[in-house]
Amino acid sequence: MFARIVYESFRHQARRKLLAGIAITLGVAVATAMIAVATDIGDKINRELRSYGANLLVTPQEDTLDVEVGGVNLKPPSDGAFLNESDLPKIRGTFWHNNIVGFSPMLPVTVKIGYGGGAKDVTLVGTYFNKPLHFGKQDFTTGVRITHPWWKVEGSCGNGALPRPGRVEDSPAACGWPNDDSQDVLLGERLATKLARKPGDTLDVAGRQLTISGILSTGAAEDDQIVAPLALAQQILGKPGAVRRVYVSALTKPQDAFATQDPNTMTPEARDRWYCSPYVQSIAYQLQEVIPHSHAEQIRQVAQNEGTVLSRIKGLMLLVTLAALFASALAVSAAMATAIFERRVEVGLMKALGAGNLAVSAIFFAEALLLALVGGIAGFSAGALLARQIGLSIFNSQISIEPVLFPVILAIAVIVTFAGSAAAIRRAVKFDPVFALRGEG
Amino acid sequence: MSAIPGTLHSPKQVADRRAQAPHTSMFTRMLLRAAVLRRRRAAAALLAMIVAAAVATVMMNLYVDVQAKLRTEFRNYGANVVVVGKDGQSLPAGALAQVEFTAGPGSKMLAVPFSYAVARTKDGQSVVVVGTDLARARQLNHWWKVSHWPDEPNQALIGMRAANVVSPNRQPFELTFQGRPIELTPAGMLQTGAGEDSRIYLDQSEFQNWTGISPSTIEVAANGTAADVESLIRQLAQLLPSADVRPVRQIMEAEANVLNKTRATLYASATLVVLTSALCVLATLMGWVFDRRRDFAIMKALGASERLVNGFFAAEAAAMGAVGAILGFFIGIGVAVWIGRANFHSPVVPRFSVFPYVLAGSVAVALISAILPITMLRRVQPAIILRGE
Repeated sequence: MFARIVYESFRHQARRKLLAGIAITLGVAVATAMIAVATDIGDKINRELRSYGANLLVTPQEDTLDVEVGGVNLKPPSDGAFLNESDLPKIRGTFWHNNIVGFSPMLPVTVKIGYGGGAKDVTLVGTYFNKPLHFGKQDFTTGVRITHPWWKVEGSCGNGALPRPGRVEDSPAACGWPNDDSQDVLLGERLATKLARKPGDTLDVAGRQLTISGILSTGAAEDDQIVAPLALAQQILGKPGAVRRVYVSALTKPQDAFATQDPNTMTPEARDRWYCSPYVQSIAYQLQEVIPHSHAEQIRQVAQNEGTVLSRIKGLMLLVTLAALFASALAVSAAMATAIFERRVEVGLMKALGAGNLAVSAIFFAEALLLALVGGIAGFSAGALLARQIGLSIFNSQISIEPVLFPVILAIAVIVTFAGSAAAIRRAVKFDPVFALRGEG
Repeated sequence: MSAIPGTLHSPKQVADRRAQAPHTSMFTRMLLRAAVLRRRRAAAALLAMIVAAAVATVMMNLYVDVQAKLRTEFRNYGANVVVVGKDGQSLPAGALAQVEFTAGPGSKMLAVPFSYAVARTKDGQSVVVVGTDLARARQLNHWWKVSHWPDEPNQALIGMRAANVVSPNRQPFELTFQGRPIELTPAGMLQTGAGEDSRIYLDQSEFQNWTGISPSTIEVAANGTAADVESLIRQLAQLLPSADVRPVRQIMEAEANVLNKTRATLYASATLVVLTSALCVLATLMGWVFDRRRDFAIMKALGASERLVNGFFAAEAAAMGAVGAILGFFIGIGVAVWIGRANFHSPVVPRFSVFPYVLAGSVAVALISAILPITMLRRVQPAIILRGE
């Protein structure tokens, strides 16, 4: 009998049930989408903040001072210590290798180029552009195109070959970038104006004819420099395998008081916890471990500020998510209350036939449970799609929904539906059946 | 409220009062009576209205204000514009004053001059010495980790790596520039993790007395939107033809990127939240109007025209929407101010310009929620409703 009343109620009042169901579905969908976005926003914004460039710098331990003014290196070229290029792929072997977005080695060399009749000292920097490397079984590419996303290159496109779809090196943005194993270079914007060179021209550098593949604009010191593949800079310097410094771009966790402690004074457990947290300090420590004779330091301008920005945005999204949850809970409650209030006559009839308050409430709660479950499942799927859409359209990457969210969302849907129905059900059963049946009230 | 007769009045008093009352007040009286007699239902509908308006106000306020707030956060990354003398030349003497004048008084722009020289230590090592306005550099570069800022003459701020070369035990040291020596005391250590670690920082006037070199670079942290900064760059370039004025692309592009993404996310979330609140209002108000189908039937049975009935319900919904919007707006402003304090540690300025939108939106949603059930009821005969079916 109980089951039949519930079943018939759904069959005969299909439209009203549908309205309440839609309200629950929409409320749950918004809640799911917002929770998914809020839990993922930290990671997404962290990746966006990587466009500020590298947050770690690895230098040789026994290095001499940099003597650089306005992008011109005044340090004798062979002076100071170097890192070994063959150690660099080991960066992918650190504990937090999945958090390392990319790294770029730099090797500045001072070269003489013909300029206005005389010769002029210009800094040529050797680096990786988009170099394929492998460590163990991992294949990856890295270089300035990942770590220095604000570098813009203007150059001629193409060697006549058709672009292969989906390949970074064939996209229009890739035009003008030299190959890492070529003898082509990028010429800084201001230097190019002074020398009156354009892409495709050649440049006489240290007795070599180098082809200019593109003009580089960075808004910084590189605008007065030549940027070349690392191997070429090493040949010019006569030091194969030498690297002066390495910029590392890593996803990190905002630092707290624990992060800044000295790992050497920690208890073993605390040290393990510190080591296994992606603080910029612990990643620096791990880089020093894998690269021999190196010193890794956070670039404070980037590393210190990203924590603040990240926590602000995360805090904001948390508050917005709370607002969304609140609004959806209210919408669901309102819809349920309305649906129940309309059925006072039915309640009156049941009570007149001798049903107790408990029996009547049980019927309504069973209906609410059914609606909440159906609405919850539909809403969760709709919310997951919505979150995915938001992720794709804003961040160009998917927002993943944790499966553990499903039971949580379903539970929230049931609780909110019950809470929203409770007041209305109580009033409905308290209502005098005589008035209800006479249609008054 | 005084127009409503209380229960203590005698029938005669009530009749007198009704006779004196102007006939036009019938409409108003029906509106008020409906709200008073069904207090709880009316209160529920109004509450939904208030909450929705408040949530909408909070979201709109945040959406407008957060961008400004985040921009302030982004200024902690330091300069976004640099003015550099062409070919490493010094800037003209009045350059700094001109930069500050261009930004206009009261702007929160910060301009810091820098001058560079390569000096030699006693054992012949080269080291870069920088002259600057230390107080301003401190404001500009929040991320500099400094053990102690210089506060006495001939004190210098020494980069971590430079310190190991010139003054490993924090003892006073001597530098020479073109044969001119200077004796300096280390005041504190500077750590940035970048090029600054290899340099020594001095106060500009001391630096100039010693080397005779005036500033060649001015780093500017300009507030405002990308367009504001662009126009500042153009103005500066016109005023200082002997200098290169350029944006720090690393900072500007990353800022624009992060800001756009955050804004888009916030926009999507705000839309969802406002839509959900509207849904809540729709559900509650539809219930409230549907619930009063007997009033509707009686009015029609007594000969009220379709227009009058529609007008009555529409006026009721609009009044509820307006009252809800006003109350909700002020609650929303309060919440927005609180969020500003809690998350950004600075209050959000209440934006009253949002009010018309909240008001219009609330009234529109309320009207829709009233008209939907009325069109459904119109097809039903009053007699059927009055019979309670």
